[in-house]
Amino acid sequence: MSLNAIRYCLRQGVVSLFRNFWLAFVTAGMIAVSLAILGGFLLVALNVGQILHNIAGNVEISVFLRDDADPELIRARLAGLGGVSEYTFVTREQGLVEFGSALGDSDLFAGLAGENNPLPDMFRVRAGESALVEALAGEIQALPGVEVVDYGKELVARLLSITRWLNTLFLGVSFLLAASAVFLIVTIIRLSVLARQEEIGVMKYLGASNFFIRAPFFLEGMVMGWAGALSAAVALGAAYHRLAFSLHRDALVFFLQPVTDPDKLWPVFAGLLALGTVMGGIGSLVSVRRFLRA
Amino acid sequence: MIELKKVTKNYNGKSEPAVTDVSLQIERGEFVFLVGPSGAGKSTLLKLIFCEQLPSSGKLYFLGRDAARFRAGELLRHRRRIGMVFQDFRLLKQKTVFENVAFALEVIGRSAREIRLKVPAVLEEVGLAGKAGAFPGELSGGEQQRVGIARAIVKDPLLVLADEPTGNVDRDNSRQLMELFEKISQSGTTVIIATHAWDVVDRMRKRVIALEKGRLVRDEQRGGYSYES
Repeated sequence: MSLNAIRYCLRQGVVSLFRNFWLAFVTAGMIAVSLAILGGFLLVALNVGQILHNIAGNVEISVFLRDDADPELIRARLAGLGGVSEYTFVTREQGLVEFGSALGDSDLFAGLAGENNPLPDMFRVRAGESALVEALAGEIQALPGVEVVDYGKELVARLLSITRWLNTLFLGVSFLLAASAVFLIVTIIRLSVLARQEEIGVMKYLGASNFFIRAPFFLEGMVMGWAGALSAAVALGAAYHRLAFSLHRDALVFFLQPVTDPDKLWPVFAGLLALGTVMGGIGSLVSVRRFLRA
Repeated sequence: MIELKKVTKNYNGKSEPAVTDVSLQIERGEFVFLVGPSGAGKSTLLKLIFCEQLPSSGKLYFLGRDAARFRAGELLRHRRRIGMVFQDFRLLKQKTVFENVAFALEVIGRSAREIRLKVPAVLEEVGLAGKAGAFPGELSGGEQQRVGIARAIVKDPLLVLADEPTGNVDRDNSRQLMELFEKISQSGTTVIIATHAWDVVDRMRKRVIALEKGRLVRDEQRGGYSYES
């Protein structure tokens, strides 16, 4: 293909976008709507994932020590265990105070102080991953001087099963939404190509190569897809920013905080842009192909 | 230049072939009228020559090459050597006269410089020098067909195929368009025109190939539209 032809294809792609402005505008608008729905869902999925992760990350392993245990030795062993994110030592005296405060009457156990304190010393251990809690609890239980380990076994199991179930659900729904967005984009682009089939026919009669006919449509499709995806990303980004800001201000519980980490958010927006642009281009190629037979 | 040997063309779903057992030869620079009633196979014959359709049986040779054996690149080169003119003009409404004619050069990758030089010259040749900036919707039928002819000849084709080029224009314009085709033919380009315009055919006395129900029924040098003329 000559330089003239490439130059022409580029120019033609841009010119016909302006000439068919309203068609391109409506096409890009519909692409934007379909991608905004997909993007909105992905953001919800991302946030639900974070909430579950936060809850799971706060599961605590309570490690009760025997009376003859050496806390320093156990502290050293805990430090050496993989999967432990943090641990704190709670003396039996501190434990009694906390217990009293939790029941709302710190004087209630005044008589149990000193020698009469029935509580053992303990460590509170947090695991880096909720999936590690069970195995970690088993390892800690085996340490010398450990009386008993408690970590809310049922809660962890339930959280893990909810997370797995939601992951499957989100993956399935995301796939369906992405597939319907792709189908919609291809259909819309096909309509816009259909409106210009006369032009394609004329190009064929003038001796244009199939590549030459496809190239401007491919370019146009990519620009329409990109513009639609960009609009969706900008609108979604603005709405999300506003929502996240108000939640940050109002939310009382830390684990209900929305995802604001750019590293987690940008793949969603970049993915939308890539999907819109690629599908716009591919949609055009598929749509033009049927007019090029013969 | 063009040779058909016992060419038959069947379309799927049609019981009768559109063209049956047609053999003929057309030399370079010839001016040929294809005549016959509607459905006689004139348009199919033009499509076969353009290689938009391939014969169901028989052979079609273009410059000695079997059209059925054209590869993609050859087919493209073949079509670039042919200028097509249509009854309904097939101009792009959103392009100006200049742009419509330039389009024929742009799509085959010619340079902007060549386009700037050739398009005004061709528009001058077809009598539309002052209409370069007009859109097709602003032109009469005759003028639109001139744009169609300019678009067909701007790439200096070996052959011009015209399917009912005067079907949508009045008698005066029809005569002027035929004069234009004759001028094109005189410059060495082969011209094949499928037409119902009996008066023009009778007056011009060129080679006439008559088809009826897909069969070649007459091939006459300096012929007329009907048998009697």
